Amino acid sequence: MKKTKILLTGVGGQGTILASNVLAELGIKLGYDSKKAEVHGMSQRGGSVISHVSWGEEVFSPVIPEGEADILISFEKLEAIRFVGGIKPDAMVLINDYEIIPITVSFGTGEYPSNEEIKSAFARVTENVHWVKGVAIAEELGNAKAGNVVLLGALSKILEMDVNVWLDVIVARVPPKFVELNRKAFQAGRDAV
Amino acid sequence: MTEELVKRLLSGNEALARGAWEAGVEVASGYPGTPSTEILENFAKMPGVYAEWAPNEKVALDVAIGAAYAGKRAIATMKHVGVNVAADSLFYAASTGVEAGLVIIVADDPSMHSSQNEQDTRNYAKFTRIPCLDPADSQEAKDMMLSAFELSEEFDTPVLMRPTTRICHTDSLVETGPDRYQQPEPSKYPRNPAKYVMVPANARGRHPLVEKRLEKMTQFAENTPLNRVEMRGKKLGIITNGVAYQYAREVFPKASVLKLGMSYPLPPQKIKDFSSQMDKIIVLEELDPFIEEQVLLMGVKLYKPDGWDAGAYPHFKSIFPIIGELDPKIVRANAIRAGLLPEEKGTKLRATPVPQADKVIPLNLQENLPNRPPVLCPGCPHRSSFYILHKLKRPINGDIGCYTLGVVPPLSAMDTCGCMGASMGVAHGAVVAGDSERHIAVIGDSTFFHTGVQALMNVAYNGSNVITIIMDNRITSMTGQQENPASGKTLQGRVANEVDIEALVRAIGIKKVKRVEAYDVDAIEKTLKEWLKIDEPAVLITDHACALVPDERQKYLALDVVEEDCNGCTLCFRIGCPAIIKSDKVDEKTQRPIAEIDPLLCTGCEICSQVCPRDAILFRDDVLKLKMV
Repeated sequence: MKKTKILLTGVGGQGTILASNVLAELGIKLGYDSKKAEVHGMSQRGGSVISHVSWGEEVFSPVIPEGEADILISFEKLEAIRFVGGIKPDAMVLINDYEIIPITVSFGTGEYPSNEEIKSAFARVTENVHWVKGVAIAEELGNAKAGNVVLLGALSKILEMDVNVWLDVIVARVPPKFVELNRKAFQAGRDAV
Repeated sequence: MTEELVKRLLSGNEALARGAWEAGVEVASGYPGTPSTEILENFAKMPGVYAEWAPNEKVALDVAIGAAYAGKRAIATMKHVGVNVAADSLFYAASTGVEAGLVIIVADDPSMHSSQNEQDTRNYAKFTRIPCLDPADSQEAKDMMLSAFELSEEFDTPVLMRPTTRICHTDSLVETGPDRYQQPEPSKYPRNPAKYVMVPANARGRHPLVEKRLEKMTQFAENTPLNRVEMRGKKLGIITNGVAYQYAREVFPKASVLKLGMSYPLPPQKIKDFSSQMDKIIVLEELDPFIEEQVLLMGVKLYKPDGWDAGAYPHFKSIFPIIGELDPKIVRANAIRAGLLPEEKGTKLRATPVPQADKVIPLNLQENLPNRPPVLCPGCPHRSSFYILHKLKRPINGDIGCYTLGVVPPLSAMDTCGCMGASMGVAHGAVVAGDSERHIAVIGDSTFFHTGVQALMNVAYNGSNVITIIMDNRITSMTGQQENPASGKTLQGRVANEVDIEALVRAIGIKKVKRVEAYDVDAIEKTLKEWLKIDEPAVLITDHACALVPDERQKYLALDVVEEDCNGCTLCFRIGCPAIIKSDKVDEKTQRPIAEIDPLLCTGCEICSQVCPRDAILFRDDVLKLKMV
């Protein structure tokens, strides 16, 4: 199997690390070697967060070097574009169409980029960019926190992968009372792309 | 106790905890610190163990040493800078040795993802003459714990286990063993003053034994499977350790590798034999040239391109950087520069699309992106103090914890922060040096217990007028809410007596002491302004539990802005809360955007409601009333 390198980005508190746990476990379920690297601590406090997941016959480096990711999943728009340098040409990009305004913008020392600017910056590297309104879809289902699972559903569709393997991994990680919500969120994500 | 043999994804920290358990460790003590924290958290959940958070790393290490003297295998866990606090104990333990195995797990943080320096803890192994093991993935982290205890008991020495961030916080597959080592019942507590009482006469007797032990361990290093040769070809040989081994395998798949699981003491014969078989030999390690210097001293000729000037005194690091963590890209780039790999073709970029006429898209968008620094969380009880401190404009000597984020704009209320417990001492120093401004020290509850108490004693006894704010949120928050002596329960869930900080401060000899609700902006401002007029030491304890603990989460209630009352004055933005954002609407008179509250982020702490001069932000009661309607 060809190595697959996946970057996940978002804002501290969004559940980026939880989603990367799902992908790391999925890699094992699919029969690959799998590694996941992340950073805790300072970056959790509302800062930008990045997590690395690598699948392959044998994975050595836990870190995905700049410009080498095959897939970028971002749970927040600004954090998608911040890591455009992480992907290789023609990489697949999945963006949660959702913004969390950083205090630098609220306080007036920066400007949040428009969707047009973000699209244009990605266009220089890849055309394979998908946008999903993860949080809005999850809110319709009754819980904005399921937004990440909406994105994972979309990813499973784009990668044309077996739904059941994904659901097994996700269901094993959520408390029983949230299983139904997560199933729905996953399916809604598949329907959104 | 047995379990099925299973393979599963574990982080390095989970694997280290599992390894400690399989090695029969019964006692563990530590102080939280990224990236080490989850080792003890995971170990504490295992059956048949005692685990505790100590107030600081020195106490943790003394506890582990005490258990090892008493004949039980023990670990102490900490981050790299914690070893500096525990160093005194590390040195005496290196002299006395142990009865049962003792392993100190120290997590280094190359690139300082969450630290104030990137010290290389391997230097402590050389400094104290004890062995140091460096795992390269989670499987090794688990397995090496067992080796570490065998080593500790065979050579009567404490052992350093030194993972780094990329080991601690990387998940990889681990096969866990089915069994747990059964420790023989310890014999009677040792009465052996010549070994355990380090008065000069006894210590002089121990030092030759320590040097002899180092020689014996060097012999051990020659033959242990911890150090292995992977022979692939004769063109290039790489001596490497830790996570750098993974980068060696990825970047140089055809090179032969001497993988050192034990970075101190090294096996000189093995290194010379390996090197003599290779056309070119290099050392690939993160941070200090710890292995490289020793290899050079062994007389091994390391590869250097002609005319290469790096690698000379005082930095013996010849090819790879001494600063920051490595990754395959950095390793590859430096290898190309040194002529070890051929040049690569440039990365392809798509042609830049033609900008639309009405919208010029900046090409350097990425460089111009607004930063997203870590900030105090929405609802953080520290926020109100920093809002007032910013207004008071006095020099602020800070400390290590979440509240260090008081330095981030717009709060910008911190002038120094060096290490745990430094705030009050540094403030006192400025006062006794005759600094013209009044100093305010800021410290959290956990850091106060760690190394702050002694500094406050100094302020009180030697009498300076430092004002100290102890931000008491009842938990060690920055590392993810670990219990401390103010929490009322222990790591393993036992109910415990909370330290009464106010009584402690009074007992130390501070007369001006006040405890206020941390969210009460006016009370904090009034107290500090009053104390600035009085020339004596004073301690303000701001009291509210961390907004992230489960009980506080239950109380979350999003506040709201009354649009008609807000004129976009921006005062609420100055508290630096991520939940307050500029809305799309603009006040007609001032032409400034009016404030909006993100209901998914707001906790309802009411700091912004108190700060708003136009009462445009609702208090919790108002929000609840509106909900009733």
